[in-house]
Amino acid sequence: MTAHALLLCGVYVAVLVALAIPLGGYCARALGGEATLLQRLLGPLERGLYRVAGVRPNDEMHWRDYTVAVLWFNLFGLLVVYGLQRLQHLLPLNPQELGPVAPDLAFNTAVSFASNTNWQAYGGETTLSYLTQMVGLTTQNFVSAATGIAVLAALSRAFSRRRSETIGNFWADLVRSTLYILLPLSLVLAVALAADGVVQTLAPAAEVELMRAATGPEGQVITQQTIPLGPGASQIAIKQLGTNGGGFYNVNSAHPLENPTPLTNFLECLALLLIPAALCLSFGKIVADRRQGWAVLGAMFAIFLPLLGLCVWSEGQLAPQLVELGVDPSAGNLEGKEVRFGPAASALWATATTAASNGSVNSMHDSFNPLGGLVPMWLMQIGEVVFGGVGSGLYGMLVFAILAVFLAGLMVGRTPEYLGKKIEAFEVKMAALVVLLPSAGVLVGTAIAVASAAGRAGISNPGIHGFSEVLYGFSSASNNNGSAFAGLGANSFFYNLALGLCMLIGRYGIIVPVLALAGALARKQTVPPGPGTMPTHTPLFVFLLAAIVVLVGALTFVPALALGPIVEHLQMTGTHP
Amino acid sequence: MLSAIRPALILLALLTAVTGVVYPLLVTGIATVLFPDKAHGSLVVASSGPVGSELVGQNFTRPGDFWSRPSAVHYDASSSGASNMGPLNEGLHEAVAARIAALQAADPEAELPVPADLVLASGSGLDPHISPEAARYQARRVAQARRLPRAEVLMLIEAHTEGRTLGILGEPRVNVLRLNRALEGLRSSP
Repeated sequence: MTAHALLLCGVYVAVLVALAIPLGGYCARALGGEATLLQRLLGPLERGLYRVAGVRPNDEMHWRDYTVAVLWFNLFGLLVVYGLQRLQHLLPLNPQELGPVAPDLAFNTAVSFASNTNWQAYGGETTLSYLTQMVGLTTQNFVSAATGIAVLAALSRAFSRRRSETIGNFWADLVRSTLYILLPLSLVLAVALAADGVVQTLAPAAEVELMRAATGPEGQVITQQTIPLGPGASQIAIKQLGTNGGGFYNVNSAHPLENPTPLTNFLECLALLLIPAALCLSFGKIVADRRQGWAVLGAMFAIFLPLLGLCVWSEGQLAPQLVELGVDPSAGNLEGKEVRFGPAASALWATATTAASNGSVNSMHDSFNPLGGLVPMWLMQIGEVVFGGVGSGLYGMLVFAILAVFLAGLMVGRTPEYLGKKIEAFEVKMAALVVLLPSAGVLVGTAIAVASAAGRAGISNPGIHGFSEVLYGFSSASNNNGSAFAGLGANSFFYNLALGLCMLIGRYGIIVPVLALAGALARKQTVPPGPGTMPTHTPLFVFLLAAIVVLVGALTFVPALALGPIVEHLQMTGTHP
Repeated sequence: MLSAIRPALILLALLTAVTGVVYPLLVTGIATVLFPDKAHGSLVVASSGPVGSELVGQNFTRPGDFWSRPSAVHYDASSSGASNMGPLNEGLHEAVAARIAALQAADPEAELPVPADLVLASGSGLDPHISPEAARYQARRVAQARRLPRAEVLMLIEAHTEGRTLGILGEPRVNVLRLNRALEGLRSSP
């Protein structure tokens, strides 16, 4: 790792923490309905939304009603995105006159955006109209993220309540997350991005004369270039902040109109982890013990930083096979990377985007060196709990915290407690479901794909790396990340359907048990800490929590990783000592 | 069970209006007023009309021009894309060998090793930049083809090199379209 790479990562982490502290406090206030400056400004809009929808924001919901509300809202969102894609040729704001999207691709994309995954089997500039991007995708970028924050708010509340049958009001959580957290941050970021060159216009693509006529792939003479435009900055801001990740263009934030400068790159990369980090501190505030929030954030960093180091180091290398051909290795692995970012900022992004369940990319992970590609793959596989999705990352991590106290309790023979709540059979069952479902999606899905002709048909790289492409795809979909080893030809009936199902399981198969867990915790009495209670804000607990996440992830996935990136690494270096 | 349908539908419609219509239009309005050129693709406009975007790379193959990075989509900006080839992919090794051969054919005195960005394809297929090393590597060929002193070409590269933002962010780079347009401004022609 070079001094510059270290400096870049250090500055990134410092700025991230410095911004997360005030934002964490603010989010806790906004979700609690406390008066903030924005609440005075947008309060009439918030109350207007409730009035028209016939919602009383202070009417608390039982966990079952809360879950039903989440599911209906997400189902309708999914249907709207599906319908917009199928009918976009009949609707306005389609200057490139793009046709309707095929049913299987439209299903995949609708699930992808409703579930906060934003897997892209489509190419933005060649498939979706401006209307579909704005009204369909931008909206889902907001409300799927707000859904995650809402579920987290419900779970956080459950810890601070005693003998309560209710866990909050979904509609209020949804509207407040959108209006007071996501919308203002996006507006600021979008304008900042546009100021530095990210496109934002409703004008159709621009035709320009090339400086030199060029010869195309089929020998034709090309004298013009089509510069694709559109309302990019507004969508790119929320795609980063809401851990969505669906790019405005096909190559996402590697595209120079989506991420034109090192500064836009830093801002977009910061936005990847900003809200997930801040929500840890909000959690501490909601359960009235800030140390608990810092402990969870500490465990996340304890996993994130070593993996970041590994990825940055790996991408600073060049495969010996390429060095032998006469390529200078000093600049690192630049295949699939942009010159303005270089290997360090590309590896930082790759680690951050898969730690968060974001999935946007500024370089092509498929062309990473084997260990550089292992890092993002494994960060997804451990369940998107190291920062993770907005809301969803933290509720996943809290499930691991429950497992951690449970295992610690087993070791010393005491009833485990977390934040004053006794952890009993039902809670552990729900926690186990949350851990097992996405892992099953990854491994079963990969097995079916590599065993079937339809699955193998999508593979583009020969050998071991082809297996990695499939494993990466199912890891991404089942954990709602959305990034890809993009060589995988994922726009086929098989992958659209299989990955669509994985995304559904990975999202709603977790939300339902988490809300059931919230319901059970809220009903319990709080017990005062006794001499046998393990404190959950100490470095010991931070270590234990991080170790449980790493252990579960390693035990589940090392065999699969050994077949993919680890063998590939040995192939790369083994013949060239 | 069913009582949640009405608020779900109405709030979806209202939040769509706020986040899917008002918000992008508001950003479009602000961007159009404050930074009209940047929001509209940073187009380079000559007397004849738009001749490219400062942010989108173009393909150059003449010996007298600086070449851009290899592109998986031949700089077709209407469809961005990358090779997505892994480091052990034979196809990548063959492509790299062919690119090195092409550089050496255009400049028999060209030495090895070659700067990596000049023979490895970018992530977008539209990378507008090359590294300063990649530009200097091509200086002799460009100078010979244009019958210019090499020092003058090197000075032009120096003048078009952008450093790291705040000394930390990004990598040093040269915008190929701008560099080639500046070359045209020098006296000799290819």
